Amino acid sequence: MPNNVQTLARAPKMLPLVLALAAAAIGASRASAEPQVADFKLANGLEVVVLPDHRAPIVTHMIWYKVGAADETPGKSGLAHYLEHLMFKGTVKNPGNTFSQAVAAIGGEENAFTSSDYTGFFQRVPRDHLKEMMAFEADRMTNLVVTDAVARPELQVVLEELNMRVANNPGAQLDEQMDAALYLNHPYHRPVIGWRHEVEKLNYQDALDFYRRFYTPNNAIVVVAGDVTPDEVKADAEATYGKVAPRVQIGPRLRPTEPIQEAPRTVTLADPRVEQPYVNRYYLAPSSTTAKPGEAEALEVLANVLGDDSNSRLYKTLVLDKGIALNAGAVYSDTALDYGKFSVYAAPKPGVSLHTVEAGIDAVLADVIAHGITADELDRAKTGLIADAVYAQDNQETLARWYGAGLATGETVDQIRTWPDRVRAVTAAQVQAAARQWLDIRRSVTGYLVKSLKSEESRS
Amino acid sequence: MSVLISTLSFPFLGACWRRRPAAAIVLAFMAIGLLTAPARATTIERVVSPGGIEAWLVRETSVPLVTVEFAFTGGSAQDPAGKAGTANLMASLLDEGAGDFDANAFQDRLDRKAVQLSFRAGRDYIRGTLRTLVENRDEAFDDLRLALTQPRFDTADVELNRAQILSGLRRELKSPTDLAALRWWETAFAGQPYGRPVGGTLESVPKITIDDLRAYQHRVLARDHLTIAIVGDIDADTAKAMLDRVFGALPAKAQLTPVAWAMPQGGGQRINVDLDVPQTVIDFGGPGIARNDPDFFAAYIVNDILGGGSFTSRLYHEVRQKRGLVYSIYDSLLWYNSTAVFIGSTATRADRADETVGLIEQEIHRLATDGPTADELAQAKAYLNSAFVLNLDTSAKVASLLVQLQLDHLGIDYMQKRQRMIEGVTLADARRVAKRLLGGGLLFTVVGRPAGLASAAPESGGAKPAAALPLPMGGAGELR
Repeated sequence: MPNNVQTLARAPKMLPLVLALAAAAIGASRASAEPQVADFKLANGLEVVVLPDHRAPIVTHMIWYKVGAADETPGKSGLAHYLEHLMFKGTVKNPGNTFSQAVAAIGGEENAFTSSDYTGFFQRVPRDHLKEMMAFEADRMTNLVVTDAVARPELQVVLEELNMRVANNPGAQLDEQMDAALYLNHPYHRPVIGWRHEVEKLNYQDALDFYRRFYTPNNAIVVVAGDVTPDEVKADAEATYGKVAPRVQIGPRLRPTEPIQEAPRTVTLADPRVEQPYVNRYYLAPSSTTAKPGEAEALEVLANVLGDDSNSRLYKTLVLDKGIALNAGAVYSDTALDYGKFSVYAAPKPGVSLHTVEAGIDAVLADVIAHGITADELDRAKTGLIADAVYAQDNQETLARWYGAGLATGETVDQIRTWPDRVRAVTAAQVQAAARQWLDIRRSVTGYLVKSLKSEESRS
Repeated sequence: MSVLISTLSFPFLGACWRRRPAAAIVLAFMAIGLLTAPARATTIERVVSPGGIEAWLVRETSVPLVTVEFAFTGGSAQDPAGKAGTANLMASLLDEGAGDFDANAFQDRLDRKAVQLSFRAGRDYIRGTLRTLVENRDEAFDDLRLALTQPRFDTADVELNRAQILSGLRRELKSPTDLAALRWWETAFAGQPYGRPVGGTLESVPKITIDDLRAYQHRVLARDHLTIAIVGDIDADTAKAMLDRVFGALPAKAQLTPVAWAMPQGGGQRINVDLDVPQTVIDFGGPGIARNDPDFFAAYIVNDILGGGSFTSRLYHEVRQKRGLVYSIYDSLLWYNSTAVFIGSTATRADRADETVGLIEQEIHRLATDGPTADELAQAKAYLNSAFVLNLDTSAKVASLLVQLQLDHLGIDYMQKRQRMIEGVTLADARRVAKRLLGGGLLFTVVGRPAGLASAAPESGGAKPAAALPLPMGGAGELR
């Protein structure tokens, strides 16, 4: 998912933002070639994916709706996420927090998340309770009950979430401003959590309208990972989700597209609490779904070579060799329906200007565009990316999220499963071509986080 | 420290514990019971190498990986006087060059074999994790041996890591969540080792010399206070050989300074810290219960009812669900080698901060006075008894658990006993322990700007969250 903070509706705990980076980094590496996967469709259009893992008697059950913040009506930003919160308010059959009580009674975990392209709900429970979880999710797919009395305090909760994630965090504010500048026309320019002035005005009728448009079995994917067999999942899914009639036709997901971008943009966010300035640049890029064959994989390798760790070009050049930065790196965000994003960043050492580290980044990028990467770099990047896919097999929840996010953004099970093979096939020439095509300053936004617009850290 | 620090590495953060979802604490030891699950019982094997080094091993061959998790008693509690942050800086440097390999060459070795190696300091321990593909395990074990026994501490690397840590510390001083935790610990343990931030301070970190790092390494990285777990595709004989090869060259005995038992002080106080941020962060807590206390499970249940792992706790219900005051609210029991605390955290807008503090006090007082209901007790027991398995689905979690069981001296048969211990908690126990745990005065730290003084504009911003360095968030799609 290219742009956006995805928000968890109900995290009862604070989650570190570093997690987001970790997830992005791991997400970049995606699924392994090896896990067994089964997938099938129910008669009502619901897609089901099963990832068996019999090491422990646990199952991770997720439902992904193919709707997110980019599907909101203009002026109602934050609605997809607000609805995600309201999905915990109960149904006729399971009023109030009956569902959460049931999850707690069996020692389970639950939560939910929203992105620009999808909204997901999950439970992790002892394996014998899968069908019970499916029954609860199937029930709230179409039978949600929300009243003003429960929706109002929940909107305050969402505003506190916004305070925590964004208002208390200048870096997050810069990200929002950069996305707004990167996407000239596409709705990825809206923050997933919404703009405060619009979130404040959301109400439960808006949310229920949105719910009726998008929450239907023919717009959802169920992913089950853990100690189960495809046959039992199929039987349970048919007995629960299978009873839910599709309530609306879902057309193609067509959003406004980007015009030809002609001008590089810059955004500066100044805040007196900034103690460590940095520069960050977003380039508009294709996503895994929209890329030409081999292109997304080449961008993945490029991000790995440029900025995956302390052996990467950006870190080595800026942090170790020139000694001008405390950190530097690159990330390719590929999982999205419409556009991906390629990011490069650096945090200067005290006394070094953002201009200096930005020039350092530009020199590294110019070199890779002009001369490409070495055979050795290519090999090492592939080793790391393919190994990540093997490490991922250790975690059923990670696997479930990769498949869910990929499918919800237009990839197929086969594409996800064969990702390591496609990485293996990437050539140095493809990586250079991808760098040349996509590291184009005209399609970029450069963001500066500074203490003060007048301070010497400021670029201008 | 009582719990797994985190699956992520936060080498630069003293206050990292509070950032981890509290649920992880629950899982850290609830998961134990899994091994009782009859049909697929994972067997824990105690292995002892020819050289006398012990580890707990779970052989798991379905994924071609090996994980080695270990802990040396030490942590920031062993930092020299005036040099807080020594353990943290040392831990951050263990993978920055060892033996004949400088930092670049060492990282290159790891990369070429996709070996994942990390170290981190907590209050009581230096911990490390090695993960490798099974085909590369011999090289990986060599890398670990080098890192533990021949770290280089080259000047350039020390200075870079020091600068990164200082950058993180400067940011913490403008971060309401970090400040609330720093002030809480500093007040509760004034003048004692646990009152010092794990990451050190802007004053202490510049004073740490390479000799200090070397001295700390030799004092703490030794075999007699070392705890090891191995999980993955490796048999007992190979594991034993690995133990001698990797850890055998360490000194036999650590030289630890005794840390006196200390209970947190400051009950009944509210420390206000002025910071111009739109959302006020509130930390609260008091003395906890030691892991070996007979009342531990009763306290664990009481904590779960108050603000534990599920979406059904009293604080969650009263403060978030009913009134919409906060997004996140929880509290945790934490136990250390020389103290125990319960501590919670939440955040709300400035004009509701006093109300939120009042509600938390009221709920804690109500639970201390009346105790939980029979229903709550039954639900909490059911939750705790069932939730254990959730921590056993990855080898990384199992390895962490095996280390924790050993550190807490719970015995290799603990999983067989655990359910009985939970079931044995009566309503009378829970009521008595609720009073014992929650009946004293609470220490609050409140970071923000009082209502009326706060900037109206949300754009006034605040501090960065816990990332060690300000990694831009661009492209980060998943906040999970």
